Amino acid sequence: MAESVDNRVDKPNESPETREQNRRLSVRLAVVAAAMFGFGFALVPLYDQICVALGINSVERPSQVVNTQVDRSRTVTIEFDSNAHNIGWRFEPLVNHLDVHPGELATVEYEVVNVTDKPVTGQAIPSYGPPSAGEYFHKLECFCFSQQTLQPGERRRMPVTFVVDARLPKGVSSIALSYTFFQVAGREGSG
Amino acid sequence: MSSIVDTHPVGHAHDDHGHHGKYSGLMRWVTTTNHKDIGSMYLWFSFIMFLVGGTMALVIRAELFQPGLQVVDPDFFNQMTTMHGLIMVFGAIMPAFVGFANWLIPMQIGAPDMAFARLNNWSFWLLPFAASLLILSFFMPGGAPGVGWTMYAPLTVQQGIGMDLTIFGIHILGMSSILGSINIITTILNMRAPGMTLMKMPLFCWTWLITAYLLVATMPVLAGAVTMTLTDRHFGTSFFNAAGGGDPVLYQHIFWFFGHPEVYIIALPAFGVVSQVIPAFSRKPLFGYASMVYAVAAIAILSFIVWAHHMYTVGMPVTGQLFFMYATTLIAVPTGVKVFNWVATMWKGSLTFETPMLFAIGFLFLFTLGGFTGLVLSLVPVDIQLHDTYYVVAHFHYVMVAGALFSAFAGIYFWLPKWTGRMYDERLGKLHFWLTLIFFNLIFFVQHFLGLAGMPRRIPDYPLMFETWNKVSTIGAFGFGLSQLLFLYIVLKALKSGEKAPQLPWEGADSLEWTHLPTPAPYHSFETPPVVK
Repeated sequence: MAESVDNRVDKPNESPETREQNRRLSVRLAVVAAAMFGFGFALVPLYDQICVALGINSVERPSQVVNTQVDRSRTVTIEFDSNAHNIGWRFEPLVNHLDVHPGELATVEYEVVNVTDKPVTGQAIPSYGPPSAGEYFHKLECFCFSQQTLQPGERRRMPVTFVVDARLPKGVSSIALSYTFFQVAGREGSG
Repeated sequence: MSSIVDTHPVGHAHDDHGHHGKYSGLMRWVTTTNHKDIGSMYLWFSFIMFLVGGTMALVIRAELFQPGLQVVDPDFFNQMTTMHGLIMVFGAIMPAFVGFANWLIPMQIGAPDMAFARLNNWSFWLLPFAASLLILSFFMPGGAPGVGWTMYAPLTVQQGIGMDLTIFGIHILGMSSILGSINIITTILNMRAPGMTLMKMPLFCWTWLITAYLLVATMPVLAGAVTMTLTDRHFGTSFFNAAGGGDPVLYQHIFWFFGHPEVYIIALPAFGVVSQVIPAFSRKPLFGYASMVYAVAAIAILSFIVWAHHMYTVGMPVTGQLFFMYATTLIAVPTGVKVFNWVATMWKGSLTFETPMLFAIGFLFLFTLGGFTGLVLSLVPVDIQLHDTYYVVAHFHYVMVAGALFSAFAGIYFWLPKWTGRMYDERLGKLHFWLTLIFFNLIFFVQHFLGLAGMPRRIPDYPLMFETWNKVSTIGAFGFGLSQLLFLYIVLKALKSGEKAPQLPWEGADSLEWTHLPTPAPYHSFETPPVVK
């Protein structure tokens, strides 16, 4: 108890039992704090699982198409857009737009060229205009499902196979599909 | 820090250095383990930060005085909105209530000091370093972060080195809060005087007990969120980076898991202060004490399941929106219990209206108004329209400023005689209240109109149609800021030449620090625990 003299200036009558209780409670609370720090990180996989379970945020995952009934009475114009963000790639669709019927299977190709002198890994992220059209746009095959690594000067043609859901709201007559290629941080290539 | 030493109340009130440990001068404050010294340091620190953050608010309002860009460039404007929020929340309001906790909890439960006196010293002295990191970020290349106090990804990835300093500052602030909370919980649970059962504690201690649990549960989550931001920035992880398989919306979920309980971390101690002040000036015991305790606990539990009402617009499913909407509106029930209990406490009381009571009643009116706009914002269809407009700014300033700050003023005027042995100037105190009340509404009431008309927040420029109310708001802001210098003058005047306080300056006050201790409170109190009947 000799080392605790300073504390006892303020609390002369504190019993050893109280000190022991205080120590035990504080350790427990510190464990709770450490566990909550871990909980913050546990939210990452939890969030992912909730998104998969509820079908939210599924733009980067292949869709399961159940109903393949083609609705020939409607035509939807799909406009294709491409962006390369700080990655040193040239990236563009081979066609700018395509008219499809809801329920009809269609394939388009994008071309990407690594114009830098280093190998670069990139990931394409799709987005839709209007954003609510995303859930009716089913991609069966897409280069955006995985990361792409291109050697210096390499040129690659990459397909997207998709079906527009027949349940697409009547008011939507065109959908813009836009891909942005981002460099995957921490991989080879310049930052 | 020298201003803390020069103006400290106890240092003037009695010069018996034998009681202050073996050091004097600055080292006394650096090494002190006395809860009253540390409480005073917390309060002075928070007041300094309040002036710093307030100055930033004035830069924002000056720029918004008229449309177009006149005073600062947009980048600096963003830095101002960001740092104003961070400094007010973490540097001003939270430390102010920790200051109250340090001063009052040991005296109100009959304990000689906090459970871990040296840890308490460390909790405080972490703060100046954290604040220095935040301020230093302005002098880094690229300046301070301009991402908003919520620090949303992916914007945080694009900031300069100032962002890293801010992240470390938040780590340190969080550490200070967690240590302080562990100390408060341990003190309240283990150090109460014989006979002081939990349900006999003043409500202020109850609100702090529950607040401290909220802090232990949520500050580490914020620390995790900013750590992920840090590793995304420098170590190649992709928590919030879509290109690497992460998701920026994930950041919002983690942040608001901390962020909504944080709102109650700020509000609950304010409820506690008001629950001491209103009964004292009504000369009646607090109405519905037990229901007040349960309401505080209910608010704390509900605060963990409402976070996504801050992010209705991220594209969550309708079921999610409905869940968070119903949970949020449910919080109005325990909050309503508290408001009605305060009103019932005043009902048929013999009321007097000294400055602390004026601030408490001001709190009651304006906080309730902020609660109502909160209910409006909790409704999904309305919120989608009002998201990120000045309506939201008006709403949270009604609960943060008219809620927490008014309550802190009420508490300082109420306990100043107990702390220092001197009375403040009642006439000037009332003047301070009325100026604060009028200018506060001038700033923020009109922002409801701006928000409803569609003016977005955090933008340095606006269309001409918003000019009138922005001018009014800016005039109010400068009036409000100057009124707070009057507050500083009132406190300094009380310390220097205030009338000697009577033993019981407020006849209705009945907690232990008033009934069992002399005025001013001695440097060491309750070395022998009182017996509570």
